[in-house]
Amino acid sequence: MTQEADQIFVLAKHWLMGYVPAVAQPIASAVLSIVPVLIAFPLLFAITTVLERKGLGRIQNRYGPNRTGPAGFFQPIADGIKSLTKEDIVPLTADQAVHFLAPVLLVVAAFLAYAVLPIGRNMVIVNLNAGVLFFFAVGSVVELSVFMAGWSSRSKYSLLGAMRAIAQMISYEVPLVLASVVVIMEAGSLSTVSIVERQAGYTGIWPHWYLFTPWGLVGFFLFMVAATAESNRSPFDLPEGESEIIAGYYIEYSGFKFALFFLGEYLGMFATSGMAITLFLGGWAAPFSFLTWIPSYIWFFVKLLTLIGFFIWIRGTLPRLRMDQLMNLAWEFILPMALLNMLIAGIWHFMQPGVVRWLVCLAIVAVPCILLRQGLKRRKKFQVRTYRYAD
Amino acid sequence: MTLTFLILAAITVAGTAAAMGMRNAVHCVLALTVGFAGVAALYLQLDAQFVGLTQIMVYVGAVAILAVFAIMMTHTPAPEQPPAFSSHWILGGLVAAAVFAVLAWAIGSSAVSMQPLPAEPAVGVQQIGAALMDRYVLPLEIMGLLLTAALIGAVVIAMDRKEDRQ
Amino acid sequence: MSSLQNYLLLSALLFSIGLAGALTRRNAILVLIGIELMLNAANLNFIAFWRYGPNPSALTGIMFAIFSISVAAAEAAVGLAIILAAYRHSRTTDLDRMNSLKG
Repeated sequence: MTQEADQIFVLAKHWLMGYVPAVAQPIASAVLSIVPVLIAFPLLFAITTVLERKGLGRIQNRYGPNRTGPAGFFQPIADGIKSLTKEDIVPLTADQAVHFLAPVLLVVAAFLAYAVLPIGRNMVIVNLNAGVLFFFAVGSVVELSVFMAGWSSRSKYSLLGAMRAIAQMISYEVPLVLASVVVIMEAGSLSTVSIVERQAGYTGIWPHWYLFTPWGLVGFFLFMVAATAESNRSPFDLPEGESEIIAGYYIEYSGFKFALFFLGEYLGMFATSGMAITLFLGGWAAPFSFLTWIPSYIWFFVKLLTLIGFFIWIRGTLPRLRMDQLMNLAWEFILPMALLNMLIAGIWHFMQPGVVRWLVCLAIVAVPCILLRQGLKRRKKFQVRTYRYAD
Repeated sequence: MTLTFLILAAITVAGTAAAMGMRNAVHCVLALTVGFAGVAALYLQLDAQFVGLTQIMVYVGAVAILAVFAIMMTHTPAPEQPPAFSSHWILGGLVAAAVFAVLAWAIGSSAVSMQPLPAEPAVGVQQIGAALMDRYVLPLEIMGLLLTAALIGAVVIAMDRKEDRQ
Repeated sequence: MSSLQNYLLLSALLFSIGLAGALTRRNAILVLIGIELMLNAANLNFIAFWRYGPNPSALTGIMFAIFSISVAAAEAAVGLAIILAAYRHSRTTDLDRMNSLKG
């Protein structure tokens, strides 16, 4: 019974494929794999917009939207109608073709990244031999779309916002990839399906997730920091900060194209969270061995919602980082920590299992972390603040 | 010639020809990105997955962005912009056409190039990684040194020093 | 089934397009882009020969292509840095005007 519930989408697809003539089999198979992803993740995007606004509202001691529908949950429908019917204003001096293509490229790149995420047992769209590399390659196309959006608007604010956003994204791409190289080293494969399958065992009731190793813990933390910066989320959202540079590279966009940017950014956030779940949190595996009767895709979405909750929580809690603080964090702190993480992954692999290797690995990462933090803090010369008042 | 090869080749040639022919420099680089993506798709069709995905990550995700940054920083607005093509463009075009003619004749008259497609090679990323650590470790280390030197050199050359400004 | 000849002709065409661009464009950055195109065409040649060759499990073509991509990226970075430095000195990227050594 649990086997059928777990594989219900796969069985449904096989049943539907029986009705397709042999000539159209490849196309029909691809379409049947892609359509559920195209439906599920924008639906998740709609739910997330409401959850985020209500969550942020509660953190800030107010209600979120609560007028449209029961407790405000029809808000995304209202938002969708608004953005579809708003007038699409394009500046006269803007580069028309590039201005139109920028949000399209962003959404296409964001959707392509879902092709290698294993959402359940046997439920991956395409099992590429180099799946993780495909994910990062597609993620680097997003920067080009950001540049197109900023440059085509021919406006100083949007160009400035685009250059800042691209600088931030390429700075955090290196720690993102290095944090995932640790998992690839240990799993011995770039295929997302085999990475998840290696984390699917249990000792007693505890799972074999890579999160429960010292390098997995540090790597997960670094990956989440870099993922927050890659999706331009708070506290790294200076490129789109409403109070600093008035929404940065998508100032000149209105109506549906703005909604497409929003959709693309959130889809990128979900895709990176999905990759974090695949690499560190065991993909579709249940957290305890007595809970494996719950279907695998349910576990994937539970973990995804937990990570989205963390993103919303951090957005409501931490203040925004300044541009130079952001870049210093990437190059002077996160990158050396990611390199140290790779070192302790190697040490972990060759030591005997036990408490000793935990202590050794944690010491090797904790001591330089503390020393680095002290060194970076001492370099900044803090001065006493003096104020000048107008007389 | 299969249909996919024709479509991918058409996209690649159209992108690169537009990249070398357009007036606006940023449009050139965006068309070049289409050309790079076409070449990456051709690599994927030739069963070279690792190289194709590396092509997207390095060329589309890094080299194209470097080029647009450089164009943005050296941009002169429209009235003072120099013409797009050099004064001796006819000679350049003739030389390129001659090179293509010679290459096409060499390819057409060779017996090697008429081979049919062999079976798909059982090459995965693991074999590439093992080869990089085993037989090609020296080029790998030299590549690391080269990239470090290029990184430091590019930063030093492009640095905006105060004594350079008059 | 497309034979090796089609890939070689395509790579020759890409090479000559890159060469034409590198010889005729005035903007220094676009000349650099033409050179990148020529490198791409050569990579395509390598991979085509690797695929159609007698011993694909020796990985020679793939290794060449990987190292060539890395070198091309390094060369693009340094070349663009040089162009930026030259622009800062002579206020133009027009190659027809940068034709004298004395600034």
